[in-house]
Amino acid sequence: MIPMLPKATLALPEIILAVTAMALMMVGAFRKQDATRTCLWLGILGLVAAAWALVVVTGPRAVTFHGQFVSDYFSLFMKLLVLLGSALTLVMSQDYLEREKMARFEYPVLVVFATLGMLMMVSANDLIALYIGIELQSLSLYVVAAFKRDEVRSTEAGLKYFVLGALSSGMLLYGCSLIYGFTGTTNFDLLAKTFAGQGAAQPSIGMVVGIVFLLAGLAFKVSAVPFHMWTPDVYEGAPTPVTAFFAVAPKIAAIALFTRAMTGPFGPLLAQWQQIVVFVSLASMILGALAAISQTNIKRLMAYSSIGHVGYALVGLAAGTPSGVRGVMIYMATYLFMNVGAFACILAMKRDGKMVEDIQDLAGLARSQPKIAYALAIFLFSMVGLPPLAGFFGKLFVFLAAIEAGLYFLSIVGMLASVIGAFYYIRIIKVMFMDEPARPFDLPSAPVSAVMGLSAVVTLFFFAACWPIFAAAQAAAKALQIG
Amino acid sequence: MTIGLGHYLTVAAILFTTGIFGIFLNRKNVIIILMSVELMLLAVNINLVAFSSFLGDLTGQVFAMFVLTVAAAEAAIGLAILVVYFRNRGTIEVDDINLMKG
Repeated sequence: MIPMLPKATLALPEIILAVTAMALMMVGAFRKQDATRTCLWLGILGLVAAAWALVVVTGPRAVTFHGQFVSDYFSLFMKLLVLLGSALTLVMSQDYLEREKMARFEYPVLVVFATLGMLMMVSANDLIALYIGIELQSLSLYVVAAFKRDEVRSTEAGLKYFVLGALSSGMLLYGCSLIYGFTGTTNFDLLAKTFAGQGAAQPSIGMVVGIVFLLAGLAFKVSAVPFHMWTPDVYEGAPTPVTAFFAVAPKIAAIALFTRAMTGPFGPLLAQWQQIVVFVSLASMILGALAAISQTNIKRLMAYSSIGHVGYALVGLAAGTPSGVRGVMIYMATYLFMNVGAFACILAMKRDGKMVEDIQDLAGLARSQPKIAYALAIFLFSMVGLPPLAGFFGKLFVFLAAIEAGLYFLSIVGMLASVIGAFYYIRIIKVMFMDEPARPFDLPSAPVSAVMGLSAVVTLFFFAACWPIFAAAQAAAKALQIG
Repeated sequence: MTIGLGHYLTVAAILFTTGIFGIFLNRKNVIIILMSVELMLLAVNINLVAFSSFLGDLTGQVFAMFVLTVAAAEAAIGLAILVVYFRNRGTIEVDDINLMKG
C-alpha cells in the first residue's frame, strides 16, 4: 500500500522560500561576477511570492503533515507581518552591504532561511515542528549577527547570541521533553485535549516544570526580562541592517509562537502560566523604560525600547482572552512599521561615508535634514503611544484587553512605564529639534528613503486604514482555540 | 534493584544542571561552553528516549533524532563563529568577551 502523502499546498509559502533560498545559493555560487545585488533582489522577489502564495492558500483552520503544521487566519496575519518585515529590511540593506564591504551573496540567503524558520514557527502545531522552526531561524540569525566577519564587535555579537541562544534552546527542549513525558504526546491539539480533559485538576509537578522551562526558552526568543541580557549587546554589535532585521521579523514570529503555544495547547492551564507571563511582562516594561534612559548609543537604546515593546505585547497575552490576542496582533503590526522606519532613519545616520550611532550625532537634524528628522519624530512619537499615531492603537488594545480580564495592577504599571519611556523618546526629539546642528549626514540612498517614507506614511495614517486590520486581527484571534 | 524511569530522569536532570553550571560558572574558555551546550542537549535526549520507552510511544525517539541532527548543526555554527572571533581578537577567554557591556 502506498502511504498517503500529506497535503503540501498549505505549506506552499514555506516551499517557495526553501526553493528560493537554495536557488539563490546556486546563483551565488555559479555566477562569475559578484552576485550580491542579484541575490538580494531575487530574495525579495521570493519573499513577495511567498506572501502571495500565503494569501492564496490560507483559508479556515487546516492541519497537515500529520498534525505538525497548521494554517489558519492567525498564521496568515502573523506570516504576512514577518514576510513584510524581512522584505523591507532586505531592501534597506543593499546600500549598507556594498558600502561596508560585506557584500556577499550569503546575506540574502541566510535572511530567507531565517524567514523560512519564522514561518515554520508561526505554523507549528507540534513541539517537534516548534523546535525545528526555532532552530532554523536561530542558526541563520547567529551567522548574520557575525556577518561582518572582520570586525570584532560584530563577531562578538554573534558569539554572545550563539552561546545564550543555545542555552535557551536547551531549556526549551528540556521543557518539551518533560511535557512529552507527562502527557505522552507532542501534538498541540492532543495536548489541549489532554489538559482540557483534566479540567481544573492540578497538573502534575513535572508538567508545570516543563511549562516553566518552555516559557523560559520562549521568553528568551522574544527577549523578555529576565532573559533579555543578550539583546543590547547583540543589537549594538551586529551590523545595522541586521539589527533592523532582528528587531522586527524574529520578534514578531516569536511572539506569534508564544501566543499560539500559550493559548492553544496550554490554554486550559491559564491559571498556571498567567502569573509568569504577568511577571515577565511587568519586568520587561519597567526595565525597558528605566534602562534606556542612560543609553547614548541609539542602537542600544532601540534594544531596550524593543524589550519594553515586548512587555506591552505580552500584556495582551497575559489577559489570555481572544481580545488579548487581538491586541497582541495589532501591537505587532504597529511595532513592525515604527521599528522598520526608525531603523531606516538609523541607517541614514552616516557622515562622510561612515556610520555614526550616537544620539548626539542627531543634534539639530531638523535644520540640516528636516525630512529624516520629521520621519524619526513620527516613529518616536508612535512608540510613545501618542494618538493618532499607529503605536497608540497597539497600546490601546492590549491595555483594553488587560482591563477586561481584570489585570488592573498590570495595566496601571504598564501605563506608568509607558510614561517613563516617553522621556527617552522625547529626549531624542529634543536633541533633533532644539540642539545646535552638528555637521549634516550624507544623503540616504533611495531604497532607505523609500522605506522610511513608506513606514512614516503608514504610521501617520494608520488610523485611516486600521478597521480592516482590526477586523482581520479579530478573525485571526477567533481562529485560535481559546477556552 | 531494577532501574526504572526515575533513574533515567535523575541522570538527565544531573547532566542538564551540570551543563547549565558549565555555562555560567566557567570563566575560562568558550570551547567549554560549547561542550556544556552539548551536555544539555544530550540530557534532553536521555529524557526523550527514556520517556519514549516508558510510554511505548515512538514520538520521543523521532524527536531525539531531530535533536541530534540540530545539535550537530549548532556545534558546527558555534565553532565557525568562534574561529571568526578568534581571528579578530586573538583570544577565546570568556572574560575577554567584553567589548560591549551588557
